[in-house]
Amino acid sequence: MSTTATAPSHGRAPDGPAADAQAPDGHAPEVGARQGHAPERSASEIADLARRVVGTSSLDEASLRRYLHGLPGVDQVGAEGRAGMLATRSIKTTSKAWALDLIIRMIDLTTLEGADTPGKVRGLCAKAVQPEPGDPTCPRVAAVCVYNDLVPVAVDALGDSGVHVAAVATAFPSGRASRHVRLTDTREAVQAGAHEIDMVIDRGAFLSGRYERVFEDVVAVREVCRENGATAHLKVILETGELATYDNVRRASWLAMLAGADFIKTSTGKISPAATLPVTNLMLEAVRDFRRETGVQVGVKPAGGIRTSKDAIKHLVAVKETAGEDWLDPDWYRFGASSLLNDVLQQRQKLRTGWYSGPDYVTVD
Amino acid sequence: MSPFEYAPAPESRSVVDIASSYGLFIDGEFVDPADGTMFKTVNPATEEVLADVAEAGETDIDRAVRAARRAQETVWGPMPGSERAKYLFRIARLLAERSREFAVLETLDNGKPIRESRDVDVPTAAAHFFYYAGWADKLDHAGFGVAPRPHGVAAQVIPWNFPLLMLAWKIAPALATGNTVVLKPAETTPLSALLFADLLRQAELPPGVVNIVTGARETGAMLVAHPGIDKIAFTGSTAVGKRIAREIAGTRKTVTLELGGKAANILFDDAPIDQAVEGIVNGIYFNQGQVCCAGSRLLVQESVADEVVDRLKERLATLRVGDPMDKNTDVGAINSAAQLERITRLAEAGTAEGATRWSPACDLPEQGYWFPPTVFTDVSAAHTIAREEIFGPVLSVLTFRTPDEAVAKANNTPYGLSAGVWTEKGSRILWMADRLKAGVVWANTFNRFDPTSPFGGYKESGHGREGGRHGLAPYLVDGSTD
Repeated sequence: MSTTATAPSHGRAPDGPAADAQAPDGHAPEVGARQGHAPERSASEIADLARRVVGTSSLDEASLRRYLHGLPGVDQVGAEGRAGMLATRSIKTTSKAWALDLIIRMIDLTTLEGADTPGKVRGLCAKAVQPEPGDPTCPRVAAVCVYNDLVPVAVDALGDSGVHVAAVATAFPSGRASRHVRLTDTREAVQAGAHEIDMVIDRGAFLSGRYERVFEDVVAVREVCRENGATAHLKVILETGELATYDNVRRASWLAMLAGADFIKTSTGKISPAATLPVTNLMLEAVRDFRRETGVQVGVKPAGGIRTSKDAIKHLVAVKETAGEDWLDPDWYRFGASSLLNDVLQQRQKLRTGWYSGPDYVTVD
Repeated sequence: MSPFEYAPAPESRSVVDIASSYGLFIDGEFVDPADGTMFKTVNPATEEVLADVAEAGETDIDRAVRAARRAQETVWGPMPGSERAKYLFRIARLLAERSREFAVLETLDNGKPIRESRDVDVPTAAAHFFYYAGWADKLDHAGFGVAPRPHGVAAQVIPWNFPLLMLAWKIAPALATGNTVVLKPAETTPLSALLFADLLRQAELPPGVVNIVTGARETGAMLVAHPGIDKIAFTGSTAVGKRIAREIAGTRKTVTLELGGKAANILFDDAPIDQAVEGIVNGIYFNQGQVCCAGSRLLVQESVADEVVDRLKERLATLRVGDPMDKNTDVGAINSAAQLERITRLAEAGTAEGATRWSPACDLPEQGYWFPPTVFTDVSAAHTIAREEIFGPVLSVLTFRTPDEAVAKANNTPYGLSAGVWTEKGSRILWMADRLKAGVVWANTFNRFDPTSPFGGYKESGHGREGGRHGLAPYLVDGSTD
């Protein structure tokens, strides 16, 4: 495969967007074939793919910068206008009922407080498995998301319920620690049985242009997720509120995907703004384009600030209309949220009974 | 079968009462036409008859013009600008208050999606009245001499594509400057203007200041030819505009014409691609492409042409075509059988001349006038579809290699109403805007309308400007030239 190492490729395969159907170098596309998580890829396969996309024989600071800065720009007014239009969709009756259940199945029920205790986490786990006591039709959430030290509690509480345990790691939320510390943090969570790791990128490194360092961080954390036969999935938190511009969000999304992220995630929830609709929609464009170019599907997780069913439904509309229906699945889209679940449960009761029951009729955890 | 089909979300039509028949609005009253002639207006999405509407003849027009003259000379002209402003502010507020009613009626009579009438047509119409209300007492300081005067009675003839919004573009500046108005709405879309007449009574606008005479082309021709008219404002086809210009030559009447277009939407290879694709969609499929400034020619830099067309097609597959009253509809009905016939004929010419036609899969309703969003590729500058205004959801894609070539191709049309430029390079936007012969140049956006911004054409797209401070000029006799 001949690629040019000098010209920015604007994020497109040199042969044009449709070229991957011919799979120029054996990366067969999986477009349209939804099959849960992508097939496991080795570190060397990921590196090969990244080199091919970037168009370089060795991934370094210069080649990554050239590539990421050659991605098409994002017009702020237009991006926000498009998100605003998606937000006007009116989702009623049957489609609303379907959406509410899907939202529950997509929730990473989260508690990330200094005051978290084993009791709090056990309560949350019970809620995750049975969000609506007395209603067996109510689905379970996707995962419970906790700090590293509470992973054993959650693993124990969730047992074989099928609800995953996600752990924030890598010196969450700031990521300001040595790579050794961040990897150790991750390793402990994986060894304690976390199915999913939510890592943060080093925003300082990203904003100062040290893309290679961010890339290598993600690669290293991913390696730890796969150590000793573990298969923890890796969500990479970009903390878009600190990246500030949409251009940066697009670049960080591609950087994380090139480095092997299974999911790209907006925020830690500790910084405002967090998961705004324009940012999430932009990341949905990124995963759509990444699959178009490489055949590899990556998930998206907005986190922080999505508190109501109405907001979450707007996200599902964006998923459907921007990335496509292949992403309308908990394997490919998650909501990082704590208070969202109770609002969805109330909306669900309203659809079933015809009236609002009020907050006393959902459990406080 | 998609797992996430949007369930129907129809807007309720119960917010608006449609009468079975409507008279003419003359001198503050609804009156029957002198000769009793009526015509029907239909919902283009269903072909259901909505109402009978009076067709104004010679006698009716004469009455309307006399009423307007009397109101201009005795009430509206002498009234201080600050008082006229109060009426305009009141009209604006009432439009905002009754916005749902107007949006529903506009969608029923025109066929445009409720999302557009609700989010664009009605709020922008209200914004025009708010904006020009603010000018009414500041005309002495607006750059038209120390004491600019109104012309007198304005005849205003408006099209069917934005019935209420075009009414607002016409009436707001005319009233702000002290003119009175006889307005003729389009034959196929009279209802929102007649509801507006009801709103004027609610606002207690003095009788005769605004008169609304419904009818077809002959009614418009009689109105324009009436000797009591001082000023003509016309929005519509270039052919009719030319005829008006010929007819009034040598009379005291002045005219502003807002006519056709064949706008180029120019996309450079460094454009923000996702937003540009949205801009293409908004440029040509907004209001079913029935927009004089529609971006009907996509000029895309050859190096990214294939990618842009692929992404555009992918995006078009998500457009929701159908019931205009459904809140999730993106593309509604064509306004009339005649317009559908014209679009169909021109699209067939495109295929016959060798261009490649594509539309997304979409189920069009059986009843009503429908045309799917359509893209033509392999279009050359000589093709009919690249030269003639289609006024429908039909995009012609052409390519260019250099900025100079883009300018040359964009300007290679008798029209000159609007253009769009998509690039991340600010200096190139300015360089292009200097060279494009178009009244409006949008940068990294398309089809954005704001009352503060003047709008109008070069060449055969007409002359005069509407909107902004410039939009006052056609309604004023400059006080320094007396």
